[in-house]
Amino acid sequence: MLASLELIQKSLPALMEGTFVTIRLTLLILAMGLVLGLVFAFGQTYGNRLVRLLVGIYDRVFRSIPELVLLLLVYYGMPALGIRFRPFDAAVVALGLRAAAYMAQIFRGTFMSVGSDQLTAAYSLGMGEFKAFIHVIFPQAIRAFIPPFANEYAIILKDTSLAYAVGVVELLRQGQYIIAVEYNPLAIFLAIAGIYFILTFGVTRLLKRLEKKLKIPGMGV
Amino acid sequence: MFSSLTDFMIVDIFVSHFGQLMEGLKFTFQLTIVSMICGTTLGVLLALGRTFGKKPVSWLCTAYIELIRGTPMLAQLFILYFALPPYGIKLSAVTVAYLGFTLNVAAYQAEYTRGSIEAVGEDQFKAAASLGMGHWQTVFYVVLPQAVRWSIPAWTNEFIYLLKFTSLAYMIGAPDLLTQGKLIASRNYQFFRVYLIVGIIYLVIVLAATWIIGKIEKKIEIPGFGHQKRP
Amino acid sequence: MPDKPLLEIKNLKKSFGDNLVLDGISFSLNGGETKVIIGPSGTGKSTILKSINRLVEPDDGEIWLEDTEIISCRHINAIRQQIGYVFQDFGLFHHLTVLKNVMIGLTRVKKIPKEEAMKKARYQLDRVGLSGTEHQYPAQLSGGQKQRVAIARALAMEPKLMLFDEPTSALDPELIGEVLTVMKELADSKMTMLVVTHEMGFARSVSDEIIFIEKGSIVEQGPPEKMFRHPVHDRTKEFLFKLEDLYGEGSG
Repeated sequence: MLASLELIQKSLPALMEGTFVTIRLTLLILAMGLVLGLVFAFGQTYGNRLVRLLVGIYDRVFRSIPELVLLLLVYYGMPALGIRFRPFDAAVVALGLRAAAYMAQIFRGTFMSVGSDQLTAAYSLGMGEFKAFIHVIFPQAIRAFIPPFANEYAIILKDTSLAYAVGVVELLRQGQYIIAVEYNPLAIFLAIAGIYFILTFGVTRLLKRLEKKLKIPGMGV
Repeated sequence: MFSSLTDFMIVDIFVSHFGQLMEGLKFTFQLTIVSMICGTTLGVLLALGRTFGKKPVSWLCTAYIELIRGTPMLAQLFILYFALPPYGIKLSAVTVAYLGFTLNVAAYQAEYTRGSIEAVGEDQFKAAASLGMGHWQTVFYVVLPQAVRWSIPAWTNEFIYLLKFTSLAYMIGAPDLLTQGKLIASRNYQFFRVYLIVGIIYLVIVLAATWIIGKIEKKIEIPGFGHQKRP
Repeated sequence: MPDKPLLEIKNLKKSFGDNLVLDGISFSLNGGETKVIIGPSGTGKSTILKSINRLVEPDDGEIWLEDTEIISCRHINAIRQQIGYVFQDFGLFHHLTVLKNVMIGLTRVKKIPKEEAMKKARYQLDRVGLSGTEHQYPAQLSGGQKQRVAIARALAMEPKLMLFDEPTSALDPELIGEVLTVMKELADSKMTMLVVTHEMGFARSVSDEIIFIEKGSIVEQGPPEKMFRHPVHDRTKEFLFKLEDLYGEGSG
C-alpha cells in the first residue's frame, strides 16, 4: 500500500502534465462547441428553411456517429486535405464538431425557455431589442443554460480520454506510459480516476452552487 | 479525401468485407442489448438502495454512482483490462467489454431512476399508506411503476448512447464493428474509407433505433402521465 | 343502541415544532353517525384525521377504534385497512386505470383474488356513479370524478370508518355537488363518517353533530340545528356567520 502511495506521489508531476493537456483539450473543445453551437442554434431558430435543413442534417449526423469513429475519421481524413495536423488538433476538431451539435440543442432549449411574452412585455415598456436582450432575455436564459451546460462539460472532459486513440498524451495515455515503466497499474489508474473525478465533480459542484445562487423562486426549467 | 466520398472504392470495400462488418455489428448489438438489460436492472437496484436503503447502503450506492459517472468510460475499461491481471484476475477483452459497459450503464440508469423516484409525489405515498400498504409494497406497486414509466425517455436515450459507446471496445480489442473496421483497414490501408463506412453504418443504425424507440414510446404512453425530460 | 362508541378520541395532543396544533381534543363517534369538524384554517382539523390513521404521529392522548388503541398499536397497516381516508387532492395512483385504482387495495393489501376484487371494485364504482370510466386514467377525469373514484377506492376496503379531509376544497364549484351527493348517500346508509369541510349546507343537513375547533381546542359541539340557531359561544356565532356569508347554504 505504502509503495503504491509513494509511486503515486512520484508520478504526480507526469500526471499533472497529462492533466494539463486534458484541460487544454477540454477548454478548446468547449470554445469550439460554444461558438459553433451558438451559430447553429441561431440558424435553427431564426434561419430560413434551407439553413434549418442543413443544420438539422449536421445535428443528426454528428449526434449519431460515435465520438471515437469521428475522431478516427478526422485524424485519417485531415492529411488528405493537405493540412498538417497534430493528433491534438484532430481531437479538438472532431470532438469540437460533436460538441457543437449538442451545444446547439442546449442553446435552442435556452431560447425557447424564455417565453415570447417576455419580449412583448419588454417592448411594451419601450425597450429596444438590445436592451430587451440584456435585461430580460439573457438573465432568464443563463439560468436555463447552466444545468445542461454542466452536464455537457462533464461529457466533454471525459471524452478527452478518447484522444488516447490517436496518440495524444493526455492524462490517460500519460498514465499508461507510467505504468509501462513502473508496473503498478491499479494505483496509477486510481490516481487518474481521482483526478478525472475532481475535474468533473468539482466543477459541476461549483456550477451547481452558481445555479443555486441564481435561482429564482417559481421559475422552473 | 472528398473524392473518396464519391468514388467506387467505398462501395467495393463495403461489399467485399460485408461479412466481417456484419460480424462486428452483431457483436455490437449483443454487447449493447446485454449491457442494457443487466445494467438497467442493476441501476434500478442501485437507485432503490440509494433512495430507500439505510445509511451505509445508501452511501455505498451513491459513491458507486458518482465515481462511475465522474470518470471516463475508457478509463474504466482500462482498469478492468490492465489493472486486474497483476492481482491474478485476467479477463478477456470480451468479458471486460460486457462487464465494463454493464457497470457503466448501471450508474447512469441509477441516476435517471433516482430522479424519477423523487418525482413521485408525496400524495402517492400518503394514499398508499391510507390503504394500509407497507413501505416496500408501496415502493413496488406504486412508486416503481411510476418511476419506471417516467424514466423511459432517459432510459431509451441511454440505449442510444450505449450503442455509440460500444465502439470503445475497439480500444481493448473486443471484436465490435469498429474493431472489425480497423482490421480491414490495417490490411488495405484505406483507413479513411473504411472508417467512413463504419461511420455510415453507425449513422444508419442509430437513426433506425431512434425511430423505432419513438414508435414504442408512443405506444406505451399513459394519457396524462407525462415523462422525464430527455437528458 | 350501541353503548360503546366506534371511535373515541381522548385528549389528543400534537405539536409541530413550537406550534401547538392540537391541545387536548376529546370526542367520540358512534356507529352509523356522521360528524363534521369545522374551524378556521390551520387549526389542526386535518391533523385530527391524520392522527386517526397515523399518517401523523400524535404526541399524546388515546384514539380507540372499537377495542383497539391506535396510537400504541404495532400493526398500523391492519388498522388502516379498516379506516377509509379521502384526501383533498384525491391521491389517485397516476399509473393505474380507474378500475385498477379501486382494486389495488383489495388485491395487494387484503390479498383478495383478482376476480372477487374486480367484482367488489365494480360495485363501488357503480355506487358512486362511475361505472363507465373503468378503463380511463386519472388524468382524463374531472376533479369531481377523481374524488368519487377516491371515495370508491376507500369504500372498496369495506372500512368501519370513513374520514374525509376537505374533500371538496380542491374542486371547481360546479363539481362540488356530485361529491357531496355521494357523501350524503353514504351517510344515509349509516356509514360512520368524520368529515372536515367548509360546506355548511352539507354540515347542516347531513351531520349528527358539528364540532367547532379553534386554536387546537374544541370550542363547542352539538347537533347542527343547535349550533346554527343557538350557539353558546360568541366565537362560534362569529365563525358560522362568516362561513354562511362566504359559502352560503348552497349545496347538499
